[in-house]
Amino acid sequence: MASSGRRPEHMAPPEVFYNQDEAKKYSQNSRMMEIQSQMSERAVELLNLPEGQPCFLLDVGCGSGLSGDYLSEEGHVWVGVDISTAMLDVAMEREVEGDLVLGDMGQGMPFKPGTFDGCISISALQWLCNADKTSHSPPKRLHRFFSTLYSSLVSSCFYSIPRTAVRNSPGLLFLTLNRGGGRAVFQLYPENSEQLELITSQAMRAGFSGGMVVDYPNSSKAKKSVLVFPSFFCVSLLVHQESFLRTRFKNMKGKSVKKGKDWILDKKERRRRQGREVRADTKYTGPT
Amino acid sequence: MKLLTHNMLTSHVKGVTKGYPLLIKATEVKVNEVEFNSQFVSRMIPKLEWSALVQAAEGLGHLEDLPAELVSDYENNEEFLKKVHKVLLEVEVVEGSLQCPESGREFPISRGVPNMLLNEDEV
Repeated sequence: MASSGRRPEHMAPPEVFYNQDEAKKYSQNSRMMEIQSQMSERAVELLNLPEGQPCFLLDVGCGSGLSGDYLSEEGHVWVGVDISTAMLDVAMEREVEGDLVLGDMGQGMPFKPGTFDGCISISALQWLCNADKTSHSPPKRLHRFFSTLYSSLVSSCFYSIPRTAVRNSPGLLFLTLNRGGGRAVFQLYPENSEQLELITSQAMRAGFSGGMVVDYPNSSKAKKSVLVFPSFFCVSLLVHQESFLRTRFKNMKGKSVKKGKDWILDKKERRRRQGREVRADTKYTGPT
Repeated sequence: MKLLTHNMLTSHVKGVTKGYPLLIKATEVKVNEVEFNSQFVSRMIPKLEWSALVQAAEGLGHLEDLPAELVSDYENNEEFLKKVHKVLLEVEVVEGSLQCPESGREFPISRGVPNMLLNEDEV
């Protein structure tokens, strides 16, 4: 996405920004396509769907359907919602398998309760934090989106938290807020922590509970947050996770504290990888 | 737009309490072959509003002899599942519109994509 330094949300509303030129990139630029597909793979992994079962999924901000292609590959049936007609045109040209709907997430999801087994959304949620018209109020639009999404997810089955996801990636931020049933996973590029807080508070108001995962927190380029909202509520977990989140957030802001033990160990590791001679790590390494 | 999606879509215009089911006014319909998956179809049946599906399929002229009432023990009835599969996933509305039963608001369908965008005063 944002290859120039500016954030696309600041340039124009999504239906204007994703015009024909921009949409074309999503069907021709192989790097963009690969990244989209990787992010969808990760999002589906975090959805933690029952194995071997074809599910009915919602893709919010489906765009040209790259994420949907991955869902089809996995054997799922999906419906994609997007506000950009140019992007949906590309999706149609590519003959995606899912059904497409032109819609604005801020106006709510027009689906009856208990429709979808899960929802994914790649790089779309941050667009809701912008007011493109005077009548737009980001908190209201977020709330409308989350509350309608909440009801459209089924609440009959139970999914466990994907713990493997926590173990596998280093520097992962994971917050879990729950309620009973289908899960929604959002990959997004939050602008700052206030924005993230706005999103999570509105999601919780709508009844979601959830968690957050940050892959590669130390790389601003590769930093891709994935918000996970399963839907069953658990207060104690919430409180625990909140303090957990705060400490992880501190660590997330850049590298380890300079001259600290972690910093020294990181530096020694880096030098070892460069093939330099480095003293072995002992109990005297770094301040205790 | 597949009838599966239609079965799930509701009108979300401000003030509407029961914007379901949307009335299909189709001018162009096509049938597109999709791979049959009995597991998916039998999983979707309990989520469907059966009467809305029958009504929509009848309106498009693709009823495929679906019964007005859902048969019991459909999981093992492959012939029935295949019919449901065809109506749900293969019949597509290409051009036309969807009308909200309560407010009468029409959502146009063009090139198979329903336009569910609302005006500012409808939010």
